[in-house]
Amino acid sequence: MAAHTQPGRPNQLLRNLNSKIASIPMMLTAVVIFLGGTIWTVVYSFTNSRLLPRLNFVGLEQYERLWAAPRWHVSIQNLATYGSLSLIFSLTIGFILAALLDQKIRFENTFRTIFLYPFALSFIVTGLVWQWILNPEFGIQSVVRSLGWTSFAFDPLYNADIVIYGILLAALWQGTGLVMCLMLAGLRGIDEDIWKAARVDGIPMWRTYLFIVIPMMRPVFITTLVIIASGIVRVYDLVVAQTSGGPGIASDVPAKYVYDYMFFAQNLGQGFAASTMMLLMVAIIIVPWAYLEFGGRKRG
Amino acid sequence: MDKTVAVSAFPAAGSRLEAGPQGRRPRRALSPRNIILYGALIVAALYYLLPLYVMVVTSLKGMPEIRLGNIFSPPVEITFEPWVKAWSSACTGLNCDGLSRGFWNSVRIMVPSVIVSIAIASVNGYALANWRFKGAELFFTILIVGAFIPYQVMIYPIVIVLREIGIYGTLYGLILVHSIFGMPILTLLFRNYFVSLPEELFKAARIDGAGFWQVYFRIMLPMSLPIFVVAMILQVTGIWNDFLFGVVFTRPNTYPMTVQLNNIVNSVQGVKEYNVNMAATLLTGAVPLIVYFVSGRLFVRGIAAGAVKG
Repeated sequence: MAAHTQPGRPNQLLRNLNSKIASIPMMLTAVVIFLGGTIWTVVYSFTNSRLLPRLNFVGLEQYERLWAAPRWHVSIQNLATYGSLSLIFSLTIGFILAALLDQKIRFENTFRTIFLYPFALSFIVTGLVWQWILNPEFGIQSVVRSLGWTSFAFDPLYNADIVIYGILLAALWQGTGLVMCLMLAGLRGIDEDIWKAARVDGIPMWRTYLFIVIPMMRPVFITTLVIIASGIVRVYDLVVAQTSGGPGIASDVPAKYVYDYMFFAQNLGQGFAASTMMLLMVAIIIVPWAYLEFGGRKRG
Repeated sequence: MDKTVAVSAFPAAGSRLEAGPQGRRPRRALSPRNIILYGALIVAALYYLLPLYVMVVTSLKGMPEIRLGNIFSPPVEITFEPWVKAWSSACTGLNCDGLSRGFWNSVRIMVPSVIVSIAIASVNGYALANWRFKGAELFFTILIVGAFIPYQVMIYPIVIVLREIGIYGTLYGLILVHSIFGMPILTLLFRNYFVSLPEELFKAARIDGAGFWQVYFRIMLPMSLPIFVVAMILQVTGIWNDFLFGVVFTRPNTYPMTVQLNNIVNSVQGVKEYNVNMAATLLTGAVPLIVYFVSGRLFVRGIAAGAVKG
C-alpha cells in the first residue's frame, strides 16, 4: 500500500492521526473487553475450570450440570415470572401515567418529578426500603392487622412461593418512572392534527389511544421493551439487597447464580456456563431488534 | 384554540374588556373528568412517595417507638440519634465506623471516574462526529452492542486483566472499570451532540488552521457545556448507585457506600436497628436524590438520550 501512495501524500495509517489516538480507548474497550472478554468467557465455559481458569475442555459438561441444577431452574423460573410481569406492568403503568400527564394538566412537572425520582435511587436503596415496608412484623401486614383484620397475611419476602412478587413490587416502584418518561416523549411526538382528526370523527379518547396512538408509537414501545428486557436479565442488586436470594434459594436469579459460582463456590466453569446462558438470553432479545432497527434503516 | 392563546397572552390589554368575553368557556375545575384525572395522579403520586416518607419517619423514631407503633405514623418524639449512629458508628461485621467510610470511598471512586470517563468519551465522540476514519463506525457499533452484554459475562476477564496490570482491588482498577462501562452511553451522547452542531463552525475553524485539539478545546468544549452537565449527571448517579463493580473490584476497606450500606443492613449479627438502617439508606440515597432534584430537566434529558437513541 505504502509503495503506491504518491510522494507527498501522507501514509494512510498516519492520516487523521489525532482522531485515531483519541479513539484508542474506544477501540481497546470494544475489542479487548467487549469482544475479547465475551469470547474468552464463552470459550472457558467449555472447560472444567474451578479455582483458576484452565483450558481443559470437557465439552458441554458444564451446561449439562447447569441445566440439571435445581438452583438454576429456580433462577430461570424466577427470571421468567419476574421478567414477563415486569414487562407487562411497567409498560402498562408507564403508558397510563404518561397518558394522564399528557392531558394538559396543572403541576405536570411536580407529578413527573415524583414519578421519576425512584429511578435516581440505586437498587440497593430500593431493595432495603421495600424490605422494611414488607417486613411482616412492622410493615404493611402488621399495620393492616392492627386495623382489625387480624388474619391478613402479606409477607412476600418470607414466603418462598410469592417472594418474587415482593421483588417485582420494588422493581416497579423504581423503574416505571423511566418507562413513563419514554412514553411521554413518544406521546409528545404524535402530531396534534391526529388528535384533532380523531375528535372531528367523534372517536372516543380511549379508542384513539388504543387504535391510533399506540400503533403509531410502535418504535417507542420496541425501544422501551429492549431497554427494560436487557435490564431484567441483569437484575442482581435488587435481589441481593431485598432478600439475599432467600428464603433459601427461592428468589435466586441467574445473575446471582453466576456471581456465587464465580466468587464463592470457586467453580468458575459453572459460572461461565451460566453467564453464557445470560448472554444468550440477551442475544435473543437484542438480535431481532437490531435487525429491525438497523437492517431496516439501510433499506429505507 | 389559537385565538385563546393569543388573547390570554396579553391579559393587560384594555381593549379586551370592551370586546366582551372571547375564546372558549373555561372548564369547570371540578368536572368529573378532572376528578378522575387528578384523583388517579394523586393516588399514583402517593404510591411513589410512600417509601420515601416511610424512610424519613422511621429514621427519626427511637427503637421503642418503632416496636410499638406502625411504620406509617409520624414520629412522636423526633430523634436524630439514628442518623448520627448510621454515619459514624454503625457496624458492618468488619468494623464499626459507620457509613462515613463508605461515603468517602464513594467520593474517591466517583470523582476521578466521572472526570476520566467524560474526558475519554467526549474526545472520542468528537472524533467520531468530526474526524471520521475508516473502521471507526465498526468499533463504535461493537461498543454500542457491547452495552447490552450482561456485565457478568465480562467481569472475570476484567479481573484477570486488572490482576495482570497489578491494579486489581485498588481504586484505580474500579475507576478504569467505570470508565470502560460508561463509555458506550457517553460516547453515544457526545457523538450525537457534536453531529447536531452546525458543520460550518468546524469548517471555519479548520480553514483558520485549527487542528484536532484546538477545535476541540476552543470551539467544541465551550459550546457543549449543557451536554457535559448531562453526562455528569448520568455518571454521578450511575457510579454512586453501582453495587456489582464495587463488590467485585474493591476490597472491604475500600468498599463504596452502596456495598457498605448493604453490609450494615443485611448483617446477621446483633439486634436489628431499623431506624439506623433507614437513616443509612437515606444517607446513601441522598447524593443521587439531590442531583436529581437540582438538575430537573437535564436529568430527564440524560436518560432520554441514553434510552431512546440506545
